Amino acid sequence: MAIDTSRAETGYVHPSAAALKRRRIRLGDTLFRLALQFCLFVAFAFLASLIIYVLIAGWNRLDLRLVTNMPSGLASRADESGLQSALTGTLWVITLTALMCLPTGIAAAIYLEEYADNTRWYNRFLELNIQNLAGVPSIVFGILGLGIIARVFGLGFTIITAAIVLSLLVLPVVIIATREALRAVPPSIRLGSYALGATKWQTVRRQVLPAATSGTATGAILALSRAIGEAAPLILLGAVTFVRFNPEGISSRYTVLPIAIFNLIKSPQAELQELASAGIVLLLIILLLMNSIAIVIRNRAGKIR
Amino acid sequence: MSETTTIAPPDLDRRSGVKITARQEQSTPASDRNGGVDPIIELQDVDIYYGSYRAVRGVSIPIERREITAMIGPSGCGKSTLLRSLNRMNDLIIGARVTGRITFHGQDLYEAGVDPIEVRRRIGMVFQQPNPFPKSIYDNISYGPKVTGMKVSNMDDLVEEALTGAALWGEVKDKLKTSALALSGGQQQRLCIARTIAVKPEVILMDEPCSALDPIATAKIEDLMAQLTKQYTIVIVTHNMQQAARVSDKTAFLTAEVDKDGQRHGVLIEFDDTNKIFSAPSNELTEAYISGRFG
Amino acid sequence: MSVTELGSRAPAPQPMRLGRRGNRAGERGVEVLLFIAATVGVLTTVGIIIALVFPTIDFFGDVSIVEFLTGDSWTPLFADKEYGVLPLLVATLVVTAIATLIAVPLGLGAAIYLAEYARPKVRSALKPMLEVLAGIPTVVYGFFALVAIGPLIRDYWPGGDKPSFQNLLIASIAMGIMIVPTVASLAEDAMTAVPRSLRQGAFALASSRMQVATRVVFPAALSGIVAAIVLGISRAIGETMIVTIAGGLISDRVLFNPIEGSATMTAFIASAGQGDLPLGTVEYKSIFAVGALLFIITFALNIVSFRLVRRFREVYE
Ligand SMILES: Nc1ncnc2c1ncn2[C@@H]1O[C@H](COP(=O)(O)OP(=O)(O)O)[C@@H](O)[C@H]1O
Ligand SMILES: [Mg+2]
Repeated sequence: MAIDTSRAETGYVHPSAAALKRRRIRLGDTLFRLALQFCLFVAFAFLASLIIYVLIAGWNRLDLRLVTNMPSGLASRADESGLQSALTGTLWVITLTALMCLPTGIAAAIYLEEYADNTRWYNRFLELNIQNLAGVPSIVFGILGLGIIARVFGLGFTIITAAIVLSLLVLPVVIIATREALRAVPPSIRLGSYALGATKWQTVRRQVLPAATSGTATGAILALSRAIGEAAPLILLGAVTFVRFNPEGISSRYTVLPIAIFNLIKSPQAELQELASAGIVLLLIILLLMNSIAIVIRNRAGKIR
Repeated sequence: MSETTTIAPPDLDRRSGVKITARQEQSTPASDRNGGVDPIIELQDVDIYYGSYRAVRGVSIPIERREITAMIGPSGCGKSTLLRSLNRMNDLIIGARVTGRITFHGQDLYEAGVDPIEVRRRIGMVFQQPNPFPKSIYDNISYGPKVTGMKVSNMDDLVEEALTGAALWGEVKDKLKTSALALSGGQQQRLCIARTIAVKPEVILMDEPCSALDPIATAKIEDLMAQLTKQYTIVIVTHNMQQAARVSDKTAFLTAEVDKDGQRHGVLIEFDDTNKIFSAPSNELTEAYISGRFG
Repeated sequence: MSVTELGSRAPAPQPMRLGRRGNRAGERGVEVLLFIAATVGVLTTVGIIIALVFPTIDFFGDVSIVEFLTGDSWTPLFADKEYGVLPLLVATLVVTAIATLIAVPLGLGAAIYLAEYARPKVRSALKPMLEVLAGIPTVVYGFFALVAIGPLIRDYWPGGDKPSFQNLLIASIAMGIMIVPTVASLAEDAMTAVPRSLRQGAFALASSRMQVATRVVFPAALSGIVAAIVLGISRAIGETMIVTIAGGLISDRVLFNPIEGSATMTAFIASAGQGDLPLGTVEYKSIFAVGALLFIITFALNIVSFRLVRRFREVYE
């Protein structure tokens, strides 16, 4: 019977107790939150309209012609034009870029993260230099390619020149991502390995690197997707020329997808504008595929074996 | 305290003679028990620095073969530092430096030409937090023998032997290929011990191996340690005095002393038979510490 | 964690029980190889500097540095060649300014939302979207600016003078969106690095979320946020494709009006570099001179940004 009668008897509720329940609606706070959400909305609306735009604009050309046909020089044959030489050029350039920049970048990251003694000035200098390089505009790498690699080294406007330049351009991305992955490996794993009498390289090779695989792979994919979309430096390296053949080797002339798209954008014909949109869709699909791989790797990271 | 141990590093040829002198000053009962002439590791007037900071000052201790030597003392007094110096794990810390003499079978561990990798293979280490490799149980064990180039006729046998030696075989024999990270904390720590004995070291250093474990897991590790002394010499750092009293044969009590320039250094207060330390310590600081009055 | 072997004093001649078993030349060899890989970045920097310096010095043999810096007409590809870099510089500044005006509020708004408001789940869904935005090739941004934003703006333009086909305004809008992810992710990093205790203290004083975000977290992360903005500006200055495609190529006069098409520094380099300019001519070398100016400006901004980040780290890490 006498269940907590105190409140009923007095009939009094302390004012603050009620106030606690009534959530004050702060107008300013709500508006602020809406404004913040609006910022993200603008960015994503831009992204969505961009994708929808190129899909619609390129729809008629989104078929096999895109990858089976070569670009056509004749205005009258514009609707038979494709992007095969650019696609194969991109594959060649990116494969070579991967072969050069991934081993170098991963090795450099291992040095900086696992070997370098940061009390030495030259190691700090190496580190500062990488950070700086990451901020150098990509067109400046084109100038490096033009002035040194193509001319002084005499490699000319070839696939190998393009791949070297792109490798150097994305090298900081690979290094920074790999270092982050290495740093995420707990020090206790290294200590455990050393305590068993493992050498430094054994520890790095057999414990640290495997534990850092997913982060490294994600970084590698990120770097390569950046290289695939990069056009500016290659403009200076002969990629804008009209190429109607697939590359035959590393010293072949070439073009790549973003540059082919750039060329199409400049041309006044409506069919070619359409083809540019279709080319963009193709480029975005390639990047999307790469990013999905990265996400899958990242999600599997938690599970070991 | 440290004055008693400031003996000049002995000449290799006259080692045994000097050693006995050193021990007589330290503790007679300990050496009585097994003849007193079989230390596998010997620290003589050891100072350890981190950069210019001297973390440990003037420690001299003999570590007897196939015994358990415990190091106790308040936190920050340099126990881990001292332990790491015994297998040159301190080399991995930039700026860490050891002076004085630490010998293993009479060989100065810090002499030029001594390979820290080889030292660590002979003197293994188990850490406070279990740190299994993110690999299978099997690979955790086989890693050490592989990297140290041990000649192994049958790796499966070696894995079984090591796991049996660490009293873990029964629990994991059906899941050797599963991730070591799926084991419980206590099992992980025993796996780390198994991994250490798989490379057949002579000495196992343990830095608070039970402080991350529950009482049942702790009891298992303590039983295991008693087993292991049949083959191995163990040095254990612990902040748990009951544990030191339960498992060890000898106990070193260290504490931090503040010197005139205001710096704290770890110093050895007393080293003796565990029984003696816990029943009749000769130093009042030890007495105060083991009775829980500071630390 | 950085570890080094300190114990390698000179090897003793006599055999020793704890000596090295077998030689470990391999270990040393690996370290040397890794070091060499780490120096590739330095070689790249050196290469860039060499590639820029020599042609630039040559260039200033033909064109006076005063004319370069103060001249108001840039016409290396015309018959009547003039080498005043101001038109390029002004166009670059106009694009950068408008892009920054767009990117800073959007980027910081997004960053505050992600750092202070979004639940972990929402956040982990939104961040990859920003990454996608950051991963779109700039050629695509340029195309979209030219064929979608351009016509849209011309249709709704209120004034009498319609924007020209290529103009700095549309390039700036695309560029602004392009650098939103840069600003947002760096600013968010800075804000999430602000210690929890600081926030809790403010919440304990009955502050609202907005007050905590704007009066506690934002000021505490300020140097990191400024670093993010500076880096965004540096990216805008160095970005090439958007301005080349959508920004226009006029450079014979200084144009402040963003609805006119005008060449930026990068757009000039890209457009002049497409044709095979004869080696050794002044116009060929002018590419390098503008490149050197671009490099110096972005380098200075990057240094400023590192300094700010470092100062921020010193406080909180
Ligand atoms: N890596 C290190 N660098 C610098 N100082 C250290 C390092 N490790 C320990 N110290 C210092 O050395 C002293 C002893 O530490 P430690 O050996 O960890 O003590 P314990 O294990 O007895 O708690 C402490 O003052 C500690 O701050
Ligand atoms: Mg300790």
